[in-house]
Amino acid sequence: MDGAVISTWLAALLTLGIMSFVYKDNLYYKICEAIFIGISAGYWFITYFWDSLYRIAWIGVVHEGRYVLLGGVVLGAMMLMRLFGKIGWIARWPLAFIVGATAGLKMMVYFTTNAMAQIHGTVDDTMVAFGGGDLYDLIGRLVILIGTVTGLIYFYFSKEHKGLFGGVAKVGTWFLMITFGASFGYTVMSRMSLLLGRIEFLLTDWLKLVK
Amino acid sequence: MLALLRIAKSIVFISSLLFVISILPTHSVYSRDTSPSSSDLGPITVRAFDTDNDAGGSITVEWDDPGYERLSGFAGFLVWRTNTLTGTSDSVEVTPFGTRTYDDRSVSDDSTYSYSVAALVNGERLMSTPSMQVRSSKQWFDGRLTWVLILGLIICGAVIYFIESAKRGTKLFLRRIAGLEAIDEAVGRATEMGRPILFVAGIQDMDDVQTIAGLTILGSIARTVAEYDTKINMPVRASLVMTAARETIKHAYVTAGRPDAYNDDMVHYVTDEQFGFVAAVDGIMVRERPAACFFLGAFFAESLIMAETGNSIGAIQVAGTAMPAQLPFFVAACDYTLIGEELFAASAYLSGEPRQLGSLKGADVGKAIAMIVILVGVIATTIASAWNSESMLWIENLLRQMFSTG
Repeated sequence: MDGAVISTWLAALLTLGIMSFVYKDNLYYKICEAIFIGISAGYWFITYFWDSLYRIAWIGVVHEGRYVLLGGVVLGAMMLMRLFGKIGWIARWPLAFIVGATAGLKMMVYFTTNAMAQIHGTVDDTMVAFGGGDLYDLIGRLVILIGTVTGLIYFYFSKEHKGLFGGVAKVGTWFLMITFGASFGYTVMSRMSLLLGRIEFLLTDWLKLVK
Repeated sequence: MLALLRIAKSIVFISSLLFVISILPTHSVYSRDTSPSSSDLGPITVRAFDTDNDAGGSITVEWDDPGYERLSGFAGFLVWRTNTLTGTSDSVEVTPFGTRTYDDRSVSDDSTYSYSVAALVNGERLMSTPSMQVRSSKQWFDGRLTWVLILGLIICGAVIYFIESAKRGTKLFLRRIAGLEAIDEAVGRATEMGRPILFVAGIQDMDDVQTIAGLTILGSIARTVAEYDTKINMPVRASLVMTAARETIKHAYVTAGRPDAYNDDMVHYVTDEQFGFVAAVDGIMVRERPAACFFLGAFFAESLIMAETGNSIGAIQVAGTAMPAQLPFFVAACDYTLIGEELFAASAYLSGEPRQLGSLKGADVGKAIAMIVILVGVIATTIASAWNSESMLWIENLLRQMFSTG
């Protein structure tokens, strides 16, 4: 039998097995679940082994002489100290290094993209609209302005949401919920396209009912 | 006589016609001026200098066009580079029509270069004299980000101030978050029903701040779990998260005075594969039927699948994430959702840790600045455009400059 036919059959049976969960938990689903988890865990083990241990640690350090990579090797080895009871505390050091280094590296990126660029975008767009533009544009920018300010008030934690402040925060909640509703509908539609893709695979590639 | 008069009229008419033709422009304004030849035009002046505010490896070349672009056979300007250390020359780029500058990003900081620009006219290269020698270099400070530094220092200063205040024992006020009250309720319910609790800290690794916030909340939940003697099950997708989660739960059990009740199997690795992990979590939910599910961390497409399954088994669910695209699903399928920064606020609130409380208060200062800037900017622009106020225009330009990230 052709290898492509076997793989199509396997893919189709596994697809049906995972989809059977919609009915209820069953043996067929459990088998597919175990295959999926087992294969993916094995796949990632091999990927990490060849990408990190072999390509970076072995080739990089031993063959290419990039000794700076030894730092990563040492941190990785320290993680394994967890396996030895009394010196298990050593494993906390690489963990602290990763968290600290990442926080430092990402601080600048987050501050410029998540804070400065967001403020600049809101201020600049609103300024442009107020500085001249048609009525529809002005209304649109006004909605953005109100949504941004009331949303920020909702996420302001230093003051209780009571009185006028609470009322403004409530408006922010409305903006959030309307946004979530729109986002929900949009994402559900994109998920439908994924489902249709799977159904198309079953009907076209597997059953050959659709050409 | 009449014939002579007609001849005279004809002469006057033709003379007038010739005069009109002579004063008319010889070409339409839309056509290229082909009257000057390349030899009539002056030299191209080239200036090359190190590109500002970069990490080196870049030289900017600028030139003036004395009129070559108006010639009919003009095809573009050729940027010509000479490495003055090695003496080698090569063409770098033919720039499009209308361009007077080129950023050469293929240079080395260890060499010096000079640049010429050639006008390509009818297949000929009309070369300029070379520019002064130039070398690229890196700038340690990007001047375009000065305001980012100033605002960053203000917010970081506020964070440090509040952290120090909290350390000195000043009580920092944080408003109560609705979802937090549900946590004790959910753990209590699980205890009464004799069922376990499921905790998922997202699918990202320890380098994601949401995972860290999720684990901080896990510490508080695990302490209650230890006190109530309930079971907790935590499947994880990343090995580092497994290590950190085990440390967190172990510490919580020790704090609750029940170190003997802790075991490593409470936290178990499943797989790095996103949907393999989801399949496993769904399986755990329908088989163990936890009374409470907590989804706190960074989630992606799996959010709805897990939350729907938890909903189908009747578990009380508390979720929290800062992933905007996944929040709608948690809001729809869970009992309580910590929206965006509420996840970090919850983490600070529950831990009562000065550093987290101080960070949150400092972030509130940043939000207050953002609100003020937005409102002031809008008011200034409106006044500037309505009454032509120069001072308001100055404020508007200042704010634009402040929040520009280059």
